[in-house]
Amino acid sequence: MYFFVYLGAFLLLIRLRTSVKFTELFEKWNTLLRWSSFGVIIAFFVFEKLLPDSIIPFIGPLILGGIVYFALNEADFKPVRSFVNTHIPLVIVGFIDAIVDLIAPKFYGEHDDIFQIAVLLGFIWIFARWASTKKQQQEMRIMSVKKDELEALVSERTAELTKQRNELQDLVKELKTTQTQLIQSEKMASLGELTAGIAHEIQNPLNFVNNFSEVSAELIDEMEEELEKGDKEEALAIAADIKQNLEKIRHHGKRADGIVKGMLQHSRQSNNIKEATDINKLADEYLRLAYHGLRAKDKSFNAELITRFSENLPTVDVVPQDVGRVLLNLFTNAFYATQQKQKQGDPKYRPVVEVATISKQGMIEVFVRDNGTGIPEHIKDKIMQPFFTTKPTGEGTGLGLSLSYDIIVKGHNGKIDVQTKEGEYTEFMISIPLTVKNN
Amino acid sequence: MKILVVDDEADVQPLFLQRFRKEIRNQEVEFDFALSGEDALKYLEDKHSEVVLILSDINMPGMSGIELLGHIREDFGDPPPPPVVMMVTAYGDEENYKQAMEKGANDFLTKPLDFDLLKQKLKNLTD
Repeated sequence: MYFFVYLGAFLLLIRLRTSVKFTELFEKWNTLLRWSSFGVIIAFFVFEKLLPDSIIPFIGPLILGGIVYFALNEADFKPVRSFVNTHIPLVIVGFIDAIVDLIAPKFYGEHDDIFQIAVLLGFIWIFARWASTKKQQQEMRIMSVKKDELEALVSERTAELTKQRNELQDLVKELKTTQTQLIQSEKMASLGELTAGIAHEIQNPLNFVNNFSEVSAELIDEMEEELEKGDKEEALAIAADIKQNLEKIRHHGKRADGIVKGMLQHSRQSNNIKEATDINKLADEYLRLAYHGLRAKDKSFNAELITRFSENLPTVDVVPQDVGRVLLNLFTNAFYATQQKQKQGDPKYRPVVEVATISKQGMIEVFVRDNGTGIPEHIKDKIMQPFFTTKPTGEGTGLGLSLSYDIIVKGHNGKIDVQTKEGEYTEFMISIPLTVKNN
Repeated sequence: MKILVVDDEADVQPLFLQRFRKEIRNQEVEFDFALSGEDALKYLEDKHSEVVLILSDINMPGMSGIELLGHIREDFGDPPPPPVVMMVTAYGDEENYKQAMEKGANDFLTKPLDFDLLKQKLKNLTD
């Protein structure tokens, strides 16, 4: 029966060697483990013949115990430590066997079958455990294969997602470019609508410049005549007129100048620089431009313009061309609404567009009201949406109010509200805080 | 001859006064001004019998020149002879011209005003 102890030791060494096979530790242990496994077999035959009978039973358990001790204390065999542990019962049984045989040979002789079975059980225990461990290992191997598959899948998906994210980022970039282009084209479109208004607005002051300079030349001739006649008083009166005319020329020249500057400012890319702005002046300017813009297209159109500007309206820090665009948009819409209502043919209907400004509690408010068609309840929530328009295809970009919303709410921390009754009126209110954070 | 000039641009007034300086001094013409169609109608309530010629801009906020013309022809058409009405506009287009003529305008002038031509027309009126 000692044979099983030796066999256990032999097989343990083989397993230890297998456990390091295919690792970098193999070279370190290969020779030692191989030779020692042969050594165990040789020891079995040699010691059986050479040593006295009383010592022989101790050799096997000693060798096996030694190997177990060595394997448990060697870090390189840590992964198979639980397998090494399964040899401990065999070692113990072997020792007990040897000790009992030594101190009570008679008792041992009577019950040697029990001891032999114990040794055999110790040996079988190793293999039972080995088999179950192997099964576990196989399961773990399957799990680890599955885990690898899963990880491969995850990394594949991650790569896919990263690719999608990059594509989306590109798309967002593209959309931003398109948005900028749209804003610019909306600006250019509204500038186009304004062209006629601007032409009219410039033509008027230019007419005055021409007329007043012509008449001044005539006046100088007359003044010379009066001086020749010696009528100094009349000559002085004419001189005063000429002086007044020159002031008028200057005034109307500046007026045209301001309009051209405003037009340039309108078409320019917004530089987002906020500056102290007189909203009354801005509103008045754009009200006229919007009015004449529509009039140029529909020459029979006439509207009453009412301005109720707060006299002591403080200046407010805004991006003037942005807020100008908002006002222009609101005026254009207002005139459009009254024009549409007029087309319904009520002979008593008179279009009225009103603009009012007030300042209160750290903010200024601008009201733009028209007595036009009003906004139907079911589209009231949509009017600020990009590309929403009630105008026929090609006439409106659908961006006017959505851009206005962005400018007032996002650009100036303000608010934009609308009150309306279908068929009666629409009133837009924008409020801008006096202290606008620069964002 | 009393002339009423209707235009929402206030600077039209000194311009007319200076352009017709000599005529005014010689008391050939006399000018009155209104800044809107509504003002013009109010003015005409009292003085329509004195006014010989009305020069009105078409494009004005509120009542347009065309509407004013309609009112003049409706309200002040009775003899003594109805005033001569000349329409003035910066938008010298067919539609305005047609409307003005339909509503009974005597003449149609475009801005910028040719004052020599206007004086000629006045002379023809008085002759």
